[in-house]
Amino acid sequence: MSTPAVRCTDLAKRYGSVVAVDGLSLAVERGECFGLLGPNGAGKTTTIEILEGLLAPDAGHVEVLGLEWAAHEPELRQRLGIQLQETQLTDKLTVQETVRLFRSFYHQGPDVDALVDLVGLTSKRDSLVLHLSGGQKQRLSIACALAGEPDLLFLDEPTTGLDPQSRRQLWEVLGAFRRQGGTILLTTHYMDEAQALCDRVAIVDQGRIIAQDTPQALITALGAPKVVTHEGTLEDVFMALTGRHLREE
Amino acid sequence: MGRGGARHPLVELTLARVREFFREPEAIFWAFVFPLVLTLALAAAFPSAADRQAIVGLVDAAKAPEIQRALEAAPGLRVVPLAAADERRALRDGTVHIVVVPGDPPTYRYDPSKGESPRARLAVDDALKRGAGRADPWTAAEERVAVPGSRYVDWLIPGLIGMGIMTNGLWAVAFPIVNARLRKLLKRMMASPMQRWEYLLAQMLARLIFLVPEATLPLAFGSLALGMPIAGSYAGIALVVLVGALAFGAMGLLLGSRARTIEAASGLVNAFQLPMWLLSGVFFSSANFPAALQPVIHALPLTALNNALRTVVLDGAGAAAVWRELALLSAWGVVSFGLALRLFRWR
Repeated sequence: MSTPAVRCTDLAKRYGSVVAVDGLSLAVERGECFGLLGPNGAGKTTTIEILEGLLAPDAGHVEVLGLEWAAHEPELRQRLGIQLQETQLTDKLTVQETVRLFRSFYHQGPDVDALVDLVGLTSKRDSLVLHLSGGQKQRLSIACALAGEPDLLFLDEPTTGLDPQSRRQLWEVLGAFRRQGGTILLTTHYMDEAQALCDRVAIVDQGRIIAQDTPQALITALGAPKVVTHEGTLEDVFMALTGRHLREE
Repeated sequence: MGRGGARHPLVELTLARVREFFREPEAIFWAFVFPLVLTLALAAAFPSAADRQAIVGLVDAAKAPEIQRALEAAPGLRVVPLAAADERRALRDGTVHIVVVPGDPPTYRYDPSKGESPRARLAVDDALKRGAGRADPWTAAEERVAVPGSRYVDWLIPGLIGMGIMTNGLWAVAFPIVNARLRKLLKRMMASPMQRWEYLLAQMLARLIFLVPEATLPLAFGSLALGMPIAGSYAGIALVVLVGALAFGAMGLLLGSRARTIEAASGLVNAFQLPMWLLSGVFFSSANFPAALQPVIHALPLTALNNALRTVVLDGAGAAAVWRELALLSAWGVVSFGLALRLFRWR
């Protein structure tokens, strides 16, 4: 297992005159949790969708689990779990029906009931999606992503808009996946999320990676002067690198 | 190879669609209640020919009472007194079929292109000439033949079933697809190992579950409440209905394959189906259109479905008698499905 879970080199993607991704390269090792960190519009979603095989890059090379999309799409689809940022699952299906639908697409994986249990929705299994809270919907979406017992999980802003308790519940689900040896590539604009979940983060700005390391190394490299009043955070790192706040538009 | 408690994806996709439909009350109304209400309303508006009276507007003038007596002596004529000023409006609105202006001789005023009017003119002419003392050389022996299944409503019901299969096939397939596209659900499906053709086929298969009530309710209602005879075999009817539903389901897929908004899909579906409401013999026979249009009319899928339905339901023919129509519907279905699969926008 020497090949990385994800490797891409010199990715580029533009929409008309807007450059979304501008020569981006990265490698995610097997078993690690890797975070793409950056403000809205930095190119995180475009990057992850290229890696997921949903968008074709204008230039650059992508390998996922050592395979290329063009030649191995059916196999890759069976081995990946994907959660998209804007998907709204069908309102008029229940939790269990939704998971069952997604489970039916995969050759292998846990039982439907086990998946529902894994994301802590057993008490909601017969509720319509319509009646779930934001956090519950997001966990359902993760259950669908886990339906094929994936080697690699792609998550695009998995906790955006969730309350702190819901975020923590979701982190626990992801922690369990990692303890089984799973690899995660996620995007987020929450610093604490990256610090809590990720082994390594890449800071993305204007379609490029401007820094890449462990969260701790990035904070340490920033040096002492910046962090006298509080413990250093990735927010400080981003500000120091770009002179801007992460969350500003 | 287990699926962890799930069934085959085609089954799960179809079930998902069926469940979604049954949890949408408005959809139930459009699919089941609407065709019934329409049948009822039309049956009331178009009673059988034997019950119909010709309505004669009689303009108030010198010899009016005399004329009225002569008209009322004849069967099947109803006389309505009319002021001269209201004459044109009454004709236009169809509240009278013919206007009689007393005089020497009287004047008949009517629009020969309106279905009832020429019949009314004959009856009025007959009644007035007889009243004026015409002696008939002989009276023919008459045999009134009420052929079962020859009433307008008998002819109408298969057309309504055909129209329902078309309308529901197009809307009930195209709309959920566009909705799923808007919700980025199609994109999410694409990110899974789901087979694209299975998704599309499931949308069509889900239609079949509603087909049983869609076709049987109007037929049962027509047969039990309106006395419509069902001459054909149930197997033949079922086959025609099945082929029709699959074909229109595939056309629904095609119409929904690119649209990014509900409005765009509505426009496409309407543009596709409205001409067929008129041309394909739902409410009146397509034989009314000029000969030059007939090849086009006969190539339309709803014409094929309606003709096939009428042939099996009313004429009692077997499915073999409508193989041409079934082949044409299948061709529409196969081509639409193939195009939909190629053109489909998943994002």
